[in-house]
Amino acid sequence: MNKNSNNVKILSGNEACAQAALAVGVRFFAGYPITPSSEIAEVLAGELPKNNGVFIQMEDELASIGAIIGASLTGVKAMTATSGPGFSLMQENIGYAIMAEIPCVIVNVMRGGPSTGLPTLPSQGDIMQARWGTHGDHQIIALAPFSVREVFDMTIRAFNLSEKYRTPVILLLDEIIGHVNEKVIFPADNEFEIINRPNPESKDNYLPYQETASDIPPMANFGSCYRYHVTGLAHDETGFPTNNAEKINQLLQRLERKIVKHTDDIVEVEEYLLNDAEIGIIAYGSAARSARHAVKLARNAGIKTGMLRLKTIWPFAEKQIRDFSDKVKLWIVPELNMGQIAHEVEWAVRGKVPVYKYNKVNGEPINPEEILNCIKDKINV
Amino acid sequence: MFDYDYYLRKSKMPLIWCPGCGDGIILKSLIRAIHKNGFTKDNVVMVSGIGCSSRLTGYVDFNTLHTTHGRAITFATGIKLAKPHLNVIVITGDGDATSIGGNHYIHAARRNIDLTVILFNNQIYGMTGGQVSPTTPSGKKATTAPYGSSENIFNISGLAIAAGAPFVARTTVANPVQVERYINLALQKKGFSVVEVMTPCPTTFGRRNKAGAGVDMLKWQKEHSVTIKSAEKMSPLELDESIVTGIFVDIEKPECRTEYQKVIDQFKS
Repeated sequence: MNKNSNNVKILSGNEACAQAALAVGVRFFAGYPITPSSEIAEVLAGELPKNNGVFIQMEDELASIGAIIGASLTGVKAMTATSGPGFSLMQENIGYAIMAEIPCVIVNVMRGGPSTGLPTLPSQGDIMQARWGTHGDHQIIALAPFSVREVFDMTIRAFNLSEKYRTPVILLLDEIIGHVNEKVIFPADNEFEIINRPNPESKDNYLPYQETASDIPPMANFGSCYRYHVTGLAHDETGFPTNNAEKINQLLQRLERKIVKHTDDIVEVEEYLLNDAEIGIIAYGSAARSARHAVKLARNAGIKTGMLRLKTIWPFAEKQIRDFSDKVKLWIVPELNMGQIAHEVEWAVRGKVPVYKYNKVNGEPINPEEILNCIKDKINV
Repeated sequence: MFDYDYYLRKSKMPLIWCPGCGDGIILKSLIRAIHKNGFTKDNVVMVSGIGCSSRLTGYVDFNTLHTTHGRAITFATGIKLAKPHLNVIVITGDGDATSIGGNHYIHAARRNIDLTVILFNNQIYGMTGGQVSPTTPSGKKATTAPYGSSENIFNISGLAIAAGAPFVARTTVANPVQVERYINLALQKKGFSVVEVMTPCPTTFGRRNKAGAGVDMLKWQKEHSVTIKSAEKMSPLELDESIVTGIFVDIEKPECRTEYQKVIDQFKS
């Protein structure tokens, strides 16, 4: 990153994502071409070998996620980038990374779905897939940036959270965020924190899935003189498969707890003109760009409006939303989907105030004026 | 006496494999071959998929990774690319490597990445109770082919050859010395190498197809194994009832991680 320190550049979100990956120490990328994410792979194909890293284009997305999990297990920070159809193919091994506690970052530059859908057009349709795409009970971390600079920051944060909690992290861009070009002032190396996975202190009696106070067991790099077993089967502290009900429960409860009990550390929101707001908007990603402008338009029209912007999508910002539900008179949730987050908001609000959805799934972005009209509409209700 | 115990996790035994299964013969042959190569346990990474064969990784004292169905080669690819000094061995089966994971198998061969694949071909899905696999011979019965399979089979070694693998050999557990020798050669090969080992499954294949117990199936293997040379003179009908064993390919060709290192080195001042 030295060459970019304090640099000002015009970059797309996808390019910023690749630059941040290099800055945070990613030295392995495996991926498969898919619009609108391919620029991330293209930039890293050029940059990784210059940084003693490895880029590989795999035969499909199933292979891509397998390769990054393998690489990460050896101690190398690894990532992949994809879009809806590819994200669908990755789901099984996202579950593997959760179960085996192998850090990695999966970037999903969301496009319209279902199926092949709208390859070149934006959507926020994979919010629930990010949460529940892989089978079984599990926790997941997902972040959604809304500007190019934030793509940079959140890519770094995605890796930090992934390493800290030994879990895969989903970075949800959408076509707009991936392709919009903005001025980015890069932070200097010392202006961001880098967190690396906890390593064991000693080889003696190493337990790869040990119960620890933090619930995050230290992770030995595979092939570094710690010989242990890793499996996607339910396992005990030694890493070997078990059918013992107590041990199974112990593992699954710990995996749940290690995320849930750190919700406050993981969840980030931005409050925008929310303190005196009567109308609250909850938005994220590209829809939050329009919502931000809509807040200004509404305030110009004399309507006290504010926005709670979700920077972390999962775990859900339930507490923050509930707290502000005591202050606003209603929530409006604009999304480029049929209301995936709006339903979560309704659940968090618990009926304190009305929650109105504003949705668009035709491949077009939501315009600020549309949100403004929605605000005016709801006031008159 | 060869000391197997040094390489085994004996506390994890007994093995999950049924009486009469050939997989244990491959396990022992594999250990002898690794020993012969002088690999240290710390430098061996063994990656497996899902199925009977793939449970092997739990019993050996290496860095062992039991992955998802069909994907062992992809995880192994990530490991080898990230840490090329490690000896990466893939343990897989006919269903794992050529049905659900078929794409990875041929692409790893095409790419020519330095992995050694030990492919246990028992011609059936044993772990799940005897369903038809891409190598279940036509006419043979399985729980999902109760009237006999109507399909043609994959020639697993042939797939690897066609995809460009520089080392491909087939043998049977009826010939453990050959299993060891082929694995030994495969481990030495810098590139994608495949040893396809025919291994009987008396429990889910033998019983349903009246092939007898494990010993009978071993005898069948022994009697029906033919060398590549004698196979050349045989009719397709005769070949249907035979197992062609031998080293099909043993050549040198550029290996992908080695070639990629040259790219990395260009940028080193």
